[in-house]
This record gives sequence, structure tokens and C-alpha cells, in this order.
Amino acid sequence: MSDTEKKTKININNVSFEYVDKKSKYEALKDISLEIKEGEFVCLLGSSGCGKSTLLSLLNGMNKATKGEIRVDEKLVSGPGIDRAVVFQHYSLFPWLTAKGNVLFGIKQNGKNYSKKQRLELADSYLESVGLSYAKDKYPAQLSGGMQQRVAVARALALESDILLFDEPFGAIDPKLRLELQELVSRLSVEKKKTVVFVTHDIDEAILLADRIVVMEPGKIRTIVDVDIPHPRKRDDLVGKKKYEELHKKLITSFYNHVEENIYEEVFL
Amino acid sequence: MNIKIINLLITGIGETFYMVVASTVISYILGIPLGVLVYATDKNGICQNSFVNRIVGLVINLVRSVPFLILLVAILPFTRAIVGTTIGSSASVVPLVVAATPFVARMVEASLKEVNHGVVEAAQAMGSTGWQIISKVLVPEAKPSLLVGMTIAFTTILGYSAMAGFVGGGGLGAIAVNYGYYRYQTKVMLITVALLVLIVQIFQEGGLKLASYIDKRIKR
Repeated sequence: MSDTEKKTKININNVSFEYVDKKSKYEALKDISLEIKEGEFVCLLGSSGCGKSTLLSLLNGMNKATKGEIRVDEKLVSGPGIDRAVVFQHYSLFPWLTAKGNVLFGIKQNGKNYSKKQRLELADSYLESVGLSYAKDKYPAQLSGGMQQRVAVARALALESDILLFDEPFGAIDPKLRLELQELVSRLSVEKKKTVVFVTHDIDEAILLADRIVVMEPGKIRTIVDVDIPHPRKRDDLVGKKKYEELHKKLITSFYNHVEENIYEEVFL
Repeated sequence: MNIKIINLLITGIGETFYMVVASTVISYILGIPLGVLVYATDKNGICQNSFVNRIVGLVINLVRSVPFLILLVAILPFTRAIVGTTIGSSASVVPLVVAATPFVARMVEASLKEVNHGVVEAAQAMGSTGWQIISKVLVPEAKPSLLVGMTIAFTTILGYSAMAGFVGGGGLGAIAVNYGYYRYQTKVMLITVALLVLIVQIFQEGGLKLASYIDKRIKR
């Protein structure tokens, strides 16, 4: 499949963003442009404070670009919308609803006017797709962090949007569970033909998931790396392969060089 | 103790209940929308509007600044216009509502402010409208806290209602004032005090139990 045949899904056009305080201004993003094709899985990779989460917040519409514009299906993004589902970094489930109730909330919001019976069936099927059928009547407080994020993924799927946005969703989850969740997201995004933008600071996570890795440095895109490995990927199959090691090395170099520069600037300048 | 006093106390309990429950209910009917309004129009709120926010905030603060006993007397003409009289327990409900509504509004606002912003953000990301966020997210999430607030409001209103006894409001407060203060019948006063304490305890326990029962944030 060649990218030229595929339609552009998300178009980020010369976008800048400033956080404005009473006294100070901070330019979090400077003149960013990026095109994301339909069905593509893009990881935004960078260290803390590089603007990757800010860029995602512009995509989901919580923040508005100070300059430039973002278009989804050629339509200007002017606020949050059900054409873009978000899985947040923090656990954002509704604590007073069960896992199933949370997923049903998403289904009710998706604007497709299902009957009650259809909604209940759909909720069950989404929970099944994240492997949580057995816990559907549990409240978020009764679930572990990993399980809560599974429900959050199911709720995002329930919006039935073409685009999924992930904001470092697995940062606080232990490595073994994180791997399970990464493979789940990788499998689901291919199965359900979603366009995904996934924010992470984890190089392995980015290689496992992405078709393209956008490496960011504060405010800017440093480089874009294509990951030419067929989906669905499994970590065990990847590790040790030449292609994987090369990619890893390349990303480490571009990731850490920049971090070292930063430290250098802070310490010596 | 004679049967007359017992009958008097029973009527007193009934009147106090009537005044406090009616005032709590009415001030919540008025106070919830007011509290939601202040919360929603606040800076970074879901429908930010600093003009509305300031005006409503100012009115709330003004009424809250007036001591209850003075407010009670000051609005006597208003009370007469509404219930036709200025004595008795129905007449006490009016000043109680006027005093309690701003208090309730602030309690509601505080409860809503406790709601984790991430939850609101998630609802916004799912395309919820302002009204949906209030009715389907903020109020359900704040329910336990709102209930705790309600028990506090109930206790405060009960305290106010006793003050109303001084100017002809009915209830246990009036009995304590008339018998304990004017006639030196300490026994009657002590009984009314005990009864008031009992009522507060029952409502507080009940409210807190209910709040923790419906609170899904706590692991059980």
C-alpha cells in the first residue's frame, strides 16, 4: 500500500501555540506542520515538555492554535468533537458509573441513535474487545490502573470515530501490563481501521505501535522516522531483529542527543 | 413534668421539623441552580462569563454578610407580603430560605469544584454540551459531596430556626426562649437543647451514611 493513494485524514498546517500567563508567554509549539493519512498510526515521541501533549490537545480541540490551523477531513477543528476520541494520561473514567456504564456513555454520545438493546449489546462487545467482559459491572475504583485504561479504550472505541488520540495512556502502568495494552491497541487500531495519534516518551512503545514516529524537540519536530514493519507486531518478534535494533539506535541517538544538549544548556549556560 | 409541657414539646418538634425541612428543600431548589451558575461562569468554567459570575457572587456575598437575626427583622415586610404574617413557623420559613439559599449556593459550588477536572475534560472530549456536563457528569459525580453539604446546611438552618424563636417564630427555639429565658424553667430548656442535639445527630449520621453509601469512589 502506498501512501500516495491514501487520503489525508489530519492536516496540521503551520501551527503555533503559546501558553499565556498574566506575566509571561511561553511558546510551546512553533510552526508545526504534519500530514496524517487515513488509517495511519503516528507516534509523537519526545521527552517531557517538548510540546507533544500540547499538540495532541490542539488535535482534540481542548486548546486552540495561536497561529495556523488543523483540519480533519478538510474540516477546521474548532473544539472537541465526536469525530476524535481521546484516551487520557490520567484515569478519566466516570467513577459513579460501572465499566459498562462508562462505555454506554460513549455509545450514547456517538450520535448514532441506537436502540437501547443495540446499545447494551454494543457495550458488551466493546468491553469484550478489550478483554474485560468479566469486569463489566465493576466500578472504576474496583479496577486496577491497567483495567481502567482498558475501559477508557473501550469507551473511546464506543464513540465510533475514525480517529483515536492517545495522551501517554500507559505511562503509569507496570511494564508487563503495558505490553499487553500496547499489543491490544496495535491490534484494535488495525482491526477497526482507525487513524491514531499516540503520544509517548517510550521508544519501544513507539516502535511497537507506529507506522511513523514523529520525534519532537521543544516546540518543533526534530525528525520523522518511518517504521517499515508489518502489523500486528509483537514485542517478542521484534526484539533482536536487525531492523528493530537499527530503528532503536537511530531513535535513541536523536532522542538523547537532544536531551544532552538540553542538560548542557541548563547546566553550563 | 405535666402533660401540657409534653404536648408543647411535641408541637415544638413538629414545627421545627416543618420549618427546617421546608427551608432546606426550598433553599436547595433555589441554591442548586445558583451554585451551578456560579461554578459554570467562573474563570475557566464550562460557560465562562465573568459579568454574570461577579453579579451573582456579589448578591450571594451581600446576603451572607448580614447576620441572620438582623436579616430576619430587616425582611419582615417581605415575609408579610409572602405569607401574610410575621409570626409562626410558616413566617420563619421565608427568612430561613433567604438566608440559607446563598449558603447552599456556596456549598454546591464547593462540591462542584471538588470534581476532578479530568472527568469534565473527558466528557468534553466526548462532545458533551454544557448542559450534559452539568446534569450527567458534575451533579452525579458531586452527589456524595452535595449530600454531605446538605447535612451541614440542615444543621445551619436548624441553628437559624432557633434564632427565629426570639421574634415569634415557632418550634423548639421558641420554647427554649419563652420557657428557659423568660420564665427561668431550666428543665424545659435543657429538654429542648437535648432534643435539638438529637435531631442534628440523627440527620447528620443519616446524611453521612447515605453519602458514603452512594460514593463509588471509595473501594468497598
